[in-house]
Amino acid sequence: METTIAIEWILACYADDVPENGGACVKHGNEQIAVYNFSRRGEWYATQNLCPHKQQMVLSRGMIGSSGEACEPKVACPFHKKTFSLLTGECLGEDDFKITTYPVKVIDGKVYIGIAA
Amino acid sequence: MSNPTIVVVGNGMVGYKFCERLIAKSSRFNIIVFGEEPRHAYDRVHLSEYFNGKSADDLSLSSLSWYAENGITLHLGDPIQEINRTSQTIHSLLGLTIQYDYLVLATGSSAFVPDIPGVEKDGVFVYRTIEDLELIKTYAANAKNGAVMGGGLLGLEAAKALIDLGIEETHVIEFAPRLMPRQIDSAGSGMLQSKLKELGLNVHLNKSTSYIGGDHKIEAIHFNDESVLAIDMLVISAGIRPRDELAKLAGLHTGTRGGIIVNEKMQTSDDRIFAIGECALYEGMIYGLVAPGYEMADIVVAQLTEGSKLFYGYDMSTKLKLIGVDVASFGDAFVTEPDCRTIVFEDTHKGVYKRINITTDGKYLLGGILIGDADAYNILLQTVNNKIILPPNPEDLILGSRGGAENEGTGIMSLPDDALICSCEAVNKASICSAVSELGVSSIDGMKKCTKAGTGCGGCIPLVKDLIAGTMKANGQYIKNVICEHFEYSRQELYDLIKINKLKNYDLVLDHFGKGDGCEVCKPVVASIMSSLWNDVIVKQDTIQDSNDRFLANIQKGGTYSVVPRIPGGEITPDKLIVLGQVAKKYGLYTKITGGQRIDMFGAHVNDLPLIWEELIDAGFESGHAYGKALRTVKSCVGSTWCRFGLHDSVSFAIEIEDRYKGIRAPHKLKGGVSGCIRECAEAQSKDFGIIATEKGWNLYVCGNGGSKPQHAQLLANDIDKETLVKYLDRFLMFYIKTADPLTRTATWLNKMDGGMAYLKNVVINDSLGLVSQLEDEMQSLINTYHCEWKEVVDNPDLRKRFAHFVNAPEEKDPSVQFVPMREQVKAKW
Repeated sequence: METTIAIEWILACYADDVPENGGACVKHGNEQIAVYNFSRRGEWYATQNLCPHKQQMVLSRGMIGSSGEACEPKVACPFHKKTFSLLTGECLGEDDFKITTYPVKVIDGKVYIGIAA
Repeated sequence: MSNPTIVVVGNGMVGYKFCERLIAKSSRFNIIVFGEEPRHAYDRVHLSEYFNGKSADDLSLSSLSWYAENGITLHLGDPIQEINRTSQTIHSLLGLTIQYDYLVLATGSSAFVPDIPGVEKDGVFVYRTIEDLELIKTYAANAKNGAVMGGGLLGLEAAKALIDLGIEETHVIEFAPRLMPRQIDSAGSGMLQSKLKELGLNVHLNKSTSYIGGDHKIEAIHFNDESVLAIDMLVISAGIRPRDELAKLAGLHTGTRGGIIVNEKMQTSDDRIFAIGECALYEGMIYGLVAPGYEMADIVVAQLTEGSKLFYGYDMSTKLKLIGVDVASFGDAFVTEPDCRTIVFEDTHKGVYKRINITTDGKYLLGGILIGDADAYNILLQTVNNKIILPPNPEDLILGSRGGAENEGTGIMSLPDDALICSCEAVNKASICSAVSELGVSSIDGMKKCTKAGTGCGGCIPLVKDLIAGTMKANGQYIKNVICEHFEYSRQELYDLIKINKLKNYDLVLDHFGKGDGCEVCKPVVASIMSSLWNDVIVKQDTIQDSNDRFLANIQKGGTYSVVPRIPGGEITPDKLIVLGQVAKKYGLYTKITGGQRIDMFGAHVNDLPLIWEELIDAGFESGHAYGKALRTVKSCVGSTWCRFGLHDSVSFAIEIEDRYKGIRAPHKLKGGVSGCIRECAEAQSKDFGIIATEKGWNLYVCGNGGSKPQHAQLLANDIDKETLVKYLDRFLMFYIKTADPLTRTATWLNKMDGGMAYLKNVVINDSLGLVSQLEDEMQSLINTYHCEWKEVVDNPDLRKRFAHFVNAPEEKDPSVQFVPMREQVKAKW
């Protein structure tokens, strides 16, 4: 059976405000969401800002890049360099951590993040 | 049929490992764990790190949610009171009654406290649990002198803990005539004792205690030989006692000196009850180490999941670092002539003792002892366990090959296929080599994923690395020292390519010489190279910088940053000191004097950084680059201006040098020191470059290092004048910046350099590469382009904007940052 989850698109910030090939942190109520401007690939991603390894609110300050032949986009936590896929949220090392990812769209220079409504 | 219920009594390291291994093998069991302590399983082996700032959480073997996620029911703080074997039930202190299909006793051991009058006095402790450590920590705050009873492995660990707690005078009291009597011989003990003495530990051997004196609280230990040692506290570490009381009560067979008797299946006298770890007695022996405990856990898992693995005893060889001194004991360490031939190497100057015992025919290694330098431990242990035929000169095993033909007989590749490399995860050589040859694994990370080798204690990682490299070499694969998957070049090659092509932007470098989209390894390397070449403002390409360089401050626990202004040579005016105090107060920062004679201010919100720096810059401060792979400090002693021993003005020279090289980025951080005389109060010989005044001028030392593997700097040139010294230093630093691998300190760089110090001297002094004028010019251009990075940011509104936590609420600070008070200051709540 297929389930459809309703998504609410929230206006996060302006595209100009997020550094090229880097991230920034968006406040959404009490939540912190990291949004990444992967300008080298013309792509945008968003994940939770909390690194699950040592519970630090820092993923938006991490370096992004790619892993492997398939060039899986990833972010590295600045604390202990745990890396997470920006597509699936899975930890690319040997650990079992997983982070939440969110869909992103950019319209007229505005960045929207999709939150399950 | 419902799932069988397994009750595990004890949530220590072995009890935990049993759960972990069981769920990895099968999900058909209903697992219920009872722990006596209030905490879930933690790492008891590294308990003393609790005093080095590791928290109870850091020591945890897993998160509390791990148990729930894996369907394990965990009852903490609830010891089992009784086992009813007839009804197959257990009863807990809090009144739970649970029926089991199988029961696993992992009750561990308690500290053995000898029956000495006065042990009940205040200030007498055992060393076993985090609770014990907390009690010791509290009491130690008011204690000056402390002693540990017991000079075994745990006792010396406890002594280290007392030193770490700041006990001024620490003693170790041992009943036997030597330290670590189970592991090492008298000569080894002597060497260890003299090394420990250097580190401030007083060792008393052959001492038996008659009573502990003092009213209510301990004041002294009285010995049978009538001598007395006045102390404020005592930690007893005189051995362990298996926790077998529950088993005894249930009528299980136990040993006369304690321990639950088990067979090779780890079954007790009741075949539905197993015992593992330090409470289990197998063939008259208690295995007081964690590795055999894990092995026992594996055996029980095998029994429950139709495996066939049995226990046949365990190799008790150990290697550890005691208070910074390597100690290892392997195989049969104590066999003596005429049953064997013994080769001993002793260097009292360096504090190294090595002994190997070989068969009388000289063919096999039986065992041995290593003190002070245990690098050869892994390969020696493999040589014993695999009965490898010794080379014609077995002394090479402990002395290293000294010229002549390379000995291939003892190399890692000559190990047999079934040699156990990773004993935690039971991975042998063949599995590792075939992962390399057949699956193309070429890194430690890959190997960990593929075989789990190296994921336990990590002790085998050097061996695994060598095996990967050796196998690749044997397969004819070219091993290249590349930066990462995106750049097939060494740092030095990439440095030259960027320089020749005048590339000033990361994406351009990636397009020209790399592939993919880069990563957290190559981005900072390229950033550092571009910085060393062009010295642009690094925050203009902020997203290729490590977090510290991106925000020009050191990220700390909780996500706040610390701020370190430059204080060249450690010299500071009272006015500037006042400014630091005012700024720290205004922004609520925790302040601490650093080892490099500066002042570190912790707990700054990312939003506050530009404001803080604006005030500091107004007062005349500059960035201290404490966040960068760059020159940190040049430490100085007070020198001839004030000191009655000083030969020259070390402070002025240190300031001059620090100002000269400030802001210069390198493969790793750089530290310097200048001492005004040979008393060396600036500790210059532990720095990347050290300068010491002599009667005739200055001596220049290079490539020293503190840190985890301290190394003394070596003399590059002696009795030279200032101008010559600066010239040599320019050349040396620039040569390092150009040729070192990423994140390699000068000491490691020199250690890897073919020809070592003689080669370096030739390059820097005799110009053997014809490079010196180029090196000097390159250094001069870096010096000429110096800028204070913080001033650039403070003066530039666009750059300032990037110092916000929330992009959509730039004024708001991160609400998850919280502080708690500590000694009239704050610390991150964590």
